[in-house]
Amino acid sequence: MLETSEANGQDFTGSVRLIHAVGMHARPAVKLTKLAKKFKAHISIRASDAVEWINAKSVAKVMALRVARDSIIEIKASGEDAESAVAALVDLVATDFPDSG
Amino acid sequence: MRADIARQAYRGRTASIGFAHGPFVRVDAEPCGQRATGTPEDEKLALRAALESAGRQIALLANAAGGEAAQILEFQVALLDDEDFLDPVFAAIAAGAPADAAWSSALDEQIADYSSAPDEYLQARSSDLVDLRDRVLRTLRGGAIAAPRVPGGAVICAEDLPPSRFLEIDWSSGGGVALLRGSPTSHVALLARSRGIPMVVQLGSVVEPARAALLDGERATLELDPNSEQIDVFERRREAHRKSRAAAHAILRRPAASWGGEKIRLLINVQRVQDLEHADAQYADGIGLMRTEFLLGEKAGLPDEETQYLAYDAVLRWAGKRPVTIRTFDAGGDKPVPGFTQDGEANPFLGVRGLRLCLARPDVFAVQLRALGRAAMHGNLKVMFPMVTAPDELEAARKIFADIVDKLQAEGTPAALPELGIMVEVPAAALTIERFKAAFFSIGSNDLAQYVTACDRTNGALGKLLDPLQPAVLELIGRTVQYGKRAGVSVSLCGEMAGDPRCVPALLSCGLRELSVNPSALAQVKQAIDGLGSGGARD
Repeated sequence: MLETSEANGQDFTGSVRLIHAVGMHARPAVKLTKLAKKFKAHISIRASDAVEWINAKSVAKVMALRVARDSIIEIKASGEDAESAVAALVDLVATDFPDSG
Repeated sequence: MRADIARQAYRGRTASIGFAHGPFVRVDAEPCGQRATGTPEDEKLALRAALESAGRQIALLANAAGGEAAQILEFQVALLDDEDFLDPVFAAIAAGAPADAAWSSALDEQIADYSSAPDEYLQARSSDLVDLRDRVLRTLRGGAIAAPRVPGGAVICAEDLPPSRFLEIDWSSGGGVALLRGSPTSHVALLARSRGIPMVVQLGSVVEPARAALLDGERATLELDPNSEQIDVFERRREAHRKSRAAAHAILRRPAASWGGEKIRLLINVQRVQDLEHADAQYADGIGLMRTEFLLGEKAGLPDEETQYLAYDAVLRWAGKRPVTIRTFDAGGDKPVPGFTQDGEANPFLGVRGLRLCLARPDVFAVQLRALGRAAMHGNLKVMFPMVTAPDELEAARKIFADIVDKLQAEGTPAALPELGIMVEVPAAALTIERFKAAFFSIGSNDLAQYVTACDRTNGALGKLLDPLQPAVLELIGRTVQYGKRAGVSVSLCGEMAGDPRCVPALLSCGLRELSVNPSALAQVKQAIDGLGSGGARD
């Protein structure tokens, strides 16, 4: 489930299954955007069946995705700390948004 | 000015149980004054300042409240810090819109979006956005920023009360909330319940002023300027409520019922998802019987897979690690369903009902099994079939279910085959119980008694013969339990008699260690087991 890959010179991507009981609702969305904001990289996410990428640092946008449970979320980042950003976000979703995060 | 004539009592819906007697305080937001619009630059600065101020207010509230309340407010704080969300608002201001209008229209759009969402979790967020919209508007328009001054123990009356306003009120000396609109599923209702503050919603229109009020969260009534007689009645009800809750809770809170040193598992029967809101439900060891017939009566037509999945999922989520036994559709008999059950049967109780009907209607059965197979991925789900007479029926249902799970998995949809058990309610099954390869047995004592005694359970004239403590009924219960013990298959009982304190000793003597009862009977059954004391098991 946890995989990251260097798609080209700058982009790092990863994908992870959303196992949270109620899907991407307010609490997980807040946690995800908070974590994303800790990185300088430009980070986008989308549900694997969607076309459009949205800003992972916007809670309104992340909520609006309405990702259902068991969907695959794709994460893509570019910039200086892109690789660790993708790894951290994949880990957050894979571990079901633990409270310590 | 003492009113000694009883005035009208307003009736609403209970959102949080409890009683409040105190000063009556209206906290409706007075219409905010219009503000003068400045240059786009002024407007931008005004909104920035208002957003910052609102953020500080909410953060203070969240810190003070902690826990669940803080989590509810965190979403609002995150929105205030979301450039993608705010950029269009500032763009509108740059284009000449006043700050308050730009802010309102951005929020209104989001509110409408959430309100029309198909799922209740997203819908509930719309009231959070209303809360945020109004807080920023109040700051912008210079309305009351300070917390409303409310005397301790007051009955607060408003159209609706946003969560952050609720948290601004000091509830340390009690009080209650009377809402003209509102909903029992809102966040503010959840906060009221978690703090034990009585709340009645949907009271309609309360126009007259009053100095004092009685709020009865149990009867869902609001009485204004009560006379001494009304107060007497109210106080007596409050005291009776307090005593009965205290007694039941003292027993419910104990970790587990036990008898003769053996643990007795007490589960609950639920008719519909809302039954889990019963205050005592949380003390159950799990759900022993979730009926699914409510899904058949909700709307025109039979329920689709998603509707069913959401209902099963909600119950599993509620239960967490505790077991949940869901029974497949038990229609027919005294539960006819248009478009599903068969018409014109001479004797529906002996007709095509329960699993017999599901096997005759694989189209309807398949939809339910798909939803159950998907729900089985999360939580501790068990599925049982009703009205099983012969082992072939169980095996036919198992085959259909297994094929459906295979198909779901082949489609890439996560699904699992849960543990499968049967209801033991047909005497033929009870008498040959060892022939059934089930993971568990659940004794349906209502139908078992009806079929063993040949008494239609809907015919009041037969009440005496239909005694659940009939030796023949107890004999079959005992046989099933003894077989279960030998074979290592768990046996529970989910009929009315499990919730009847008079029957409990006999059931325990039969060897049953797992009873499933209505949530409202949980306390009395636990009390009854407790009352048997250390007499010990006789078997």
